[in-house]
Amino acid sequence: MAERKIRILIAKPGLDGHDRGAKVIARALRDAGYEVIYTGLRQSPEQIAAAAVSEDVDAVGISVLSGAHGYLFPRIIELLREQGADDILVFGGGIIPDADIPVLKAAGVAELFTPGTPLADIINFLRERYPE
Amino acid sequence: MLHKEQAGFDELLARGQNNDKRAIGRMISCIETGGTADHHMMQQLWSHTGRARIVGITGSPGTGKSTLADRMVKYWLTKGYRIGVIAVDPSSPFTGGAILGDRVRMNDLALVHEVYIRSMSARGQLGGLSLACSGAVGVLDACGYDIVLIETVGVGQSEVAIMNVADLVLVISVPGLGDDVQAIKAGILEIGDVFGVNKADLPGADRTAKELKAMLDMNPNMGEHQPPVLMVSAERSQGVDELCDAILENYAWMEESGELLKRRNRRLREELLSYMQDRVYRQVLAPVIENDSFDKNIKDFLSHARNPYVWAGEIADRMEEKLK
Ligand SMILES: Nc1nc2c(ncn2[C@@H]2O[C@H](COP(=O)(O)OP(=O)(O)OP(=O)(O)O)[C@@H](O)[C@H]2O)c(=O)[nH]1
Ligand SMILES: [Mg+2]
Repeated sequence: MAERKIRILIAKPGLDGHDRGAKVIARALRDAGYEVIYTGLRQSPEQIAAAAVSEDVDAVGISVLSGAHGYLFPRIIELLREQGADDILVFGGGIIPDADIPVLKAAGVAELFTPGTPLADIINFLRERYPE
Repeated sequence: MLHKEQAGFDELLARGQNNDKRAIGRMISCIETGGTADHHMMQQLWSHTGRARIVGITGSPGTGKSTLADRMVKYWLTKGYRIGVIAVDPSSPFTGGAILGDRVRMNDLALVHEVYIRSMSARGQLGGLSLACSGAVGVLDACGYDIVLIETVGVGQSEVAIMNVADLVLVISVPGLGDDVQAIKAGILEIGDVFGVNKADLPGADRTAKELKAMLDMNPNMGEHQPPVLMVSAERSQGVDELCDAILENYAWMEESGELLKRRNRRLREELLSYMQDRVYRQVLAPVIENDSFDKNIKDFLSHARNPYVWAGEIADRMEEKLK
């Protein structure tokens, strides 16, 4: 049987409308050889954490545009921890003010990518975390 | 990666039987990884398996399989069943990567205690899919799930692969799909135990159902037991109950008639054969063949300096000699 692939859950929490950014990232990760579990729009932190645990992913990538990042990221990290899954890496992207980034990182977010970040940077980040 | 979860098998199984998704997730990953940990897990699982009803759903892309699976699970939950779902999507033959998107249609179920959902990629090889998939079924079976639903996309040969993991196969068609007749021609008729015409809210569904029935009537391989054809609209949750009941009625018929045992017999035989091929290859053949001289040998073959079939024959004979 083939070696297990790195699995990454891509989620788009919150009530704001579109998931174009999340889909672009999902495709880029697939093309880089990752197994992407895509869960679609309007996911609650509870749903995201439950899906990540069931799917036993290595990482969760969250796209946030709504400005609720200050709540969403720490909450998802807390839920994963409660379920004994704190080894699952959480990273994210979206519109996040510079000032908030250190706060989120202190809460356990591994990396944050703001709009305009080249997709290659995200892939390099994952490659560093999960060497072949 | 396997060291993420330190718990032993007994603890993982006990937690899985209690709907602990973390434990189930870890066990399935262990099986997907392959190797000795996987073998050990399969060994330990075996005595706990054999009870789950394994139902496959297949059909062309976009026919509504995931939406329907969501509705079927919701119906079966009202009957008190615990249900596992394994959703298989194809992976890219070039990068091995995949987007597994079936969960989008089942988000309501993410927080339901008695439901476990897992996405898997078909990793190119059909044999590989079958082994990992039946391993995952084994985990869910051992954890006490009453029904395991497996969704696969019916393109190419993967619809046949579903027969290598499921007891019973539900084939989904939809009205007005140009390739419908083709899908039927491609042998999907032979593998279906129950046929669903989904999107019955769209025009033409009754015609599709009639055509399907007519084709099933013409099939000479069918015995007296004709597979039912049911119209359903997953989106409007119409006809789902009837479809689910028909599936379990058919399942009961398979149990009583001995058909289930016959199928499981054939499946286990095939599964063990491919499992043994895989292990013998890795443990015995790969060390002999896939060493440094392999590349050189290939070059020699291509330049016609040596004959590859003589070489292959010699290796096989040498292996046989060793085993004596
Ligand atoms: N009109 C109508 N549309 C439906 C029905 N069931 C599903 N759909 C739609 O069909 C589309 C595909 O649904 P999915 O459930 O993702 O189909 P699928 O067969 O799982 O798709 P793949 O896994 O990509 O092959 C979605 O837009 C659904 O909303 C139905 O009963 N009626
Ligand atoms: Mg689907």
